[in-house]
Amino acid sequence: MIAHPFDYLTPKSLPEALLLLADPDAKALAGGMSLIPMMKLRLAAPAKLVDLRGVPGLTSISEESGRLKIGALATHFDIESSRLVRAKCPLLAMAAAHIGDVQVRNMGTIGGSIAHADPAADYPAALQALEATISIAGVGGTRAVSAAEFFVDTFTTAVGPGELVVEVSVPVEAAGTGTSYQKCLQPASGFAIVGVAARLQAVSGNISMARIGVTGLSGCSFRANGVEALLESGSDPQAAAAAIANGIDANSDIHASAEYRLHLARVYAAKAIRAALAAAR
Amino acid sequence: MMIAIMRRAIAVTINGKRHSNEVEPRLLLIHYLRDVLGLTGPHIGCETSICGACTVLVNGKAIKSCTMFAVQANGADVLTIEGLASDGNLHPIQNAFWEEHGAQCGYCTPGMIMASKQLLDRNASPTEEEIRHGLEGNLCRCTGYQHIVNAVKSAAAKMGA
Amino acid sequence: MASVITEQEKLIGKGIKRKEDPRLITGTATYVDDMQLPGMHHACIVRSPYAAANIKSIDIKAALETPGVVAVYTGAAVKDVGPVPCGASLPGLRVPHHHILAQDRVYFVGHPVAVVVATDRYIARDGADLVEVDYDVLPAVADPEKALADGAPAVHPQWPDNVAFNFHQENGEVEKVFAEAEVVVKQRITSQRLIPSSMETRAVLAEYRSGEKALTIYSSSQIPHLLRTLVAGMLGVPEHKLRVVVPEVGGGFGSKLNVYAEEALMGWIAMKTGKPVKWIESRRENFLTTIHGRGHVDYYEIAAKKDGTITGIRLKLIQDLGAYHQLLTPAIPTLSVLMMPGLYRCQTICADIVGVFTNCVPTDAYRGAGRPEATHGIERMVDMLAAELKMDAAELRLKNFIQPGEFPFASATGLTYDSGDYAKPLKKALDIVNYMGLREQQRKARAEGRWMGIGMSTYGEICAFGPSPATPAGGWESASVRIEPSGKITVHTGVSPHGQGEETTFSQIVADELGVDFNDVVVLHGDTAIVQYGIGTFGSRGTAVGGTALYFALQELKAKIKRFGAMLLDTDSVVYEEGRCACRKTGNSVSLAEIAGASYRAMKLPPGTEPGMMATYFWEPPNFTFPFGAHIVVTEVDKETGVVTIQRYVAVDDCGKILNPLIVAGQVHGGVAQGIGQSLYEHGIYDDNGQLLTGEFMDYAIPKITMMPWIESEHTETPSPVNPLGVKGVGEAGTIGCSPAVVNSVVDALSPLGVRHLDMPLSPEKIWKVLQGGQA
Repeated sequence: MIAHPFDYLTPKSLPEALLLLADPDAKALAGGMSLIPMMKLRLAAPAKLVDLRGVPGLTSISEESGRLKIGALATHFDIESSRLVRAKCPLLAMAAAHIGDVQVRNMGTIGGSIAHADPAADYPAALQALEATISIAGVGGTRAVSAAEFFVDTFTTAVGPGELVVEVSVPVEAAGTGTSYQKCLQPASGFAIVGVAARLQAVSGNISMARIGVTGLSGCSFRANGVEALLESGSDPQAAAAAIANGIDANSDIHASAEYRLHLARVYAAKAIRAALAAAR
Repeated sequence: MMIAIMRRAIAVTINGKRHSNEVEPRLLLIHYLRDVLGLTGPHIGCETSICGACTVLVNGKAIKSCTMFAVQANGADVLTIEGLASDGNLHPIQNAFWEEHGAQCGYCTPGMIMASKQLLDRNASPTEEEIRHGLEGNLCRCTGYQHIVNAVKSAAAKMGA
Repeated sequence: MASVITEQEKLIGKGIKRKEDPRLITGTATYVDDMQLPGMHHACIVRSPYAAANIKSIDIKAALETPGVVAVYTGAAVKDVGPVPCGASLPGLRVPHHHILAQDRVYFVGHPVAVVVATDRYIARDGADLVEVDYDVLPAVADPEKALADGAPAVHPQWPDNVAFNFHQENGEVEKVFAEAEVVVKQRITSQRLIPSSMETRAVLAEYRSGEKALTIYSSSQIPHLLRTLVAGMLGVPEHKLRVVVPEVGGGFGSKLNVYAEEALMGWIAMKTGKPVKWIESRRENFLTTIHGRGHVDYYEIAAKKDGTITGIRLKLIQDLGAYHQLLTPAIPTLSVLMMPGLYRCQTICADIVGVFTNCVPTDAYRGAGRPEATHGIERMVDMLAAELKMDAAELRLKNFIQPGEFPFASATGLTYDSGDYAKPLKKALDIVNYMGLREQQRKARAEGRWMGIGMSTYGEICAFGPSPATPAGGWESASVRIEPSGKITVHTGVSPHGQGEETTFSQIVADELGVDFNDVVVLHGDTAIVQYGIGTFGSRGTAVGGTALYFALQELKAKIKRFGAMLLDTDSVVYEEGRCACRKTGNSVSLAEIAGASYRAMKLPPGTEPGMMATYFWEPPNFTFPFGAHIVVTEVDKETGVVTIQRYVAVDDCGKILNPLIVAGQVHGGVAQGIGQSLYEHGIYDDNGQLLTGEFMDYAIPKITMMPWIESEHTETPSPVNPLGVKGVGEAGTIGCSPAVVNSVVDALSPLGVRHLDMPLSPEKIWKVLQGGQA
């Protein structure tokens, strides 16, 4: 319940924040929904917390040249309730709405969540399917990486020491695109046992583009390229969904064995694909 | 790992009253409210941000005050259960919890009421499903939640009337 | 929705809104952690990370050097404090000495090893991290059946078989009945470990006044007086110098019907340091160190005739006790045995309990305490028997019920069931769900390939604990009623309500009996300095036993009121009605306030009557009460995922006379929620090394609001003859009736696949595996 002592720093600009984060003992604090429980359980003990909420410009949600730019400090509630996101990138809003509970969504941020990279978090599935671009700032400048490159492993991302997620960029969906996020939740924690995001373009039932993102199933979120290829080559959703588990080393814990998780992944993939197809019409 | 840490000056408006204190950065908002200011309405029921007994509104948003440091609330406007009634009149949600027997042991009740306030602030006439969705961040071990659902429905009706 | 009170209307039977609530809904109630005393210290306990280990050494130097740390104590310092008490006695019971801090060995994960006392809770926590304990880890055993196997690690080295006790009870010609049975059904049935999870964890604050040599312990407890007696004994403090105060309590469910090491430890520290000291259990500690419930492995056999008449029930019960006996640990499974025939007439039973030590936290009373396990067992067996005989489950129950004319009924286990009409709630529930229509729907669902289930349970329970000879610490209860000089009324009750609403129901009783305003009554409890000795709140006894004590105190008081009234009216014939004494002849009357005032001024006294207006009554119940009811649950199983959805939940409970339907409904809902938790979600899982894998709300799923179905709660009212109020108790009914109904429903859903039994919790994966294999 009680964290180790730490120093609390409140930068007023991004360069100042980056300067403070150059200290290896410093850790960025956004909404704190992942970090603070870990500190309270003494599983994390940063000596310095750099609170980003005073850094201007990190909470905005805007449309720019065919993409939505989501500031890293936009909360899950900002995203699920944003008219812009709901209209132009409903998959992201849907994933945000599945996170935790109201209080967590009020406080937790997209940047904080993805930087934590919990293997059972909801955003990664959506961001993989959306082929999102994540902007990472460092003292040397800002670089953009794809979601596929961003999520490296369990609790591991492409964010390097001293770097910071500053923005998530997702496409404005074209007409005819249907999306859905389907999640089997772990009843105690509310995290995903598996979550599948499907994003499809279909013309009269023929799928021309399929993007499938998966979370919870293994140590890291991923794009199910095999499923995508099957869908794009005309396989029916059920058959395509069955391929989601191919070659996957699935997580196993008291909530779901690997075997059951793989099964759930197939079931939820089929659900997501069917729902996305319905939405594409 | 014992390091000497500077205390921080914070100023927080709580239930309409401004408070200024120097606090250790690691002091949780819930402990600031309870131990420093004596506002013991919000409770602590877990340490993993699941139970919601510590729910208060910060700048109008329901948050779990056990998962926020007091320093993060510097400059914020906080509403706790103690600030909900005005001029000695219970808030309609409080009255509805009373009328509908929404509390048994009462430990989850302050958090439940504050989460209900957030719910009704955002949706004045929620369906049963919306009520349940809106309160899923608050655990109660006594009531089976049914009377809580009734209370929120009843409060919504009264507040809309 | 609460009823509106109008003057002079009888309040009993009305859904009066609760007196307790204004403080709860405004956040102004006082729980232990809300209290701060001058100079108060905080304690943080260092606990074993291992289930079994020898303690080689403990280094407290770094902790002691931490600024703000006042003291650090280890087992050596408190070795002379008396053991954590076990109140249950069974022949041949092995009782390990349960020190308040581990001495040279730890027996379960969470076992307290040292305590750090500091000026604030943050520093205490920091100090605890700096206590270095060197352990020599030993093999552990966490499963009761594995603990009984040859070569299992010994939990207590002095008892290598891990058996704490054996208990046998039988009635009738068991061997003969089973040998001659036309059908015998056997099944292994488990009732898994559950974690009570009251929203307020345990909390203790102790204060010592050295001038008076007086210790006060504030604790979140269900049993203030027993706590006082027992902790006084542990600490060697004379009982009259120990005051126990139980302020607001945030739920207990049996887990605070206990005396814990920390209660004595904080008392000891307060005396040692001369400063108040507070300890608030973290949720993690609550999972690891507060008692768990259930923990049964039951081997059942039921014998019957082909016509469905149940002729015998045999049970081998393996109880996972954990590493120690807490207050009632070994007694809980004996309650299962008492309840094993359920509502059925069967007179031939045989039960063998083996109580087994494991390297886990002790089990003890959790909502229902022994009766949910028994009800789950018999109600599952009856369903299996129905399936075996291809009889309808309702019909088989109706055939075997004890009939209304047979009460009081002597059960096979030596109980005398007080009153009942067992068919009534079942028939009512069947009507509510339109049972025949439901079966038709089920046929259609099956034809469509959907797995729909209809399950029922008809439960009985033992409540209102209880007659003293059958209860370890006495089963009576006390009440005192004082009418103040102004006519206002103060009640002191020996029960210790913590959510059950007795401040309200007891005020209803007083208002009706004395004809006074509900708001002119205050009900006080939970402070041994102001309340006469009492037993406490558990076992659905608060209103049935405590309320009855109050009722009898009120009768004594009424007699005294009449004596004063007659004197004041100068008559020998008075009636007392609606708060006034009136002379039958003249019609003149005096108010209760006038009478009370006169009784204290005492200018004149009725013959042989003392001044003042107060009565105290200790009521010894002649028997338990036996509530009953029927729950019907409609479920559907998702064929793809194995997820069980409860589509309909109907509970018809008979708790005797209902004093406040709003409160009774709340008790049923909450009870059912805990039953659904056990049926579908909750499982305290230890791994083979004795590590608790479900040690936080992140992993242990108590039902959330989104997981609960709508509960249709109805009642029948069969008054109990045991007490004049006719009440039976309702605190545990929902839990007891629930789990077999849910499991029977799911087994019914899957019966076309050949499924005949499933153990709880019915997790989606467990069901999915059954669906894969087609067999349980």
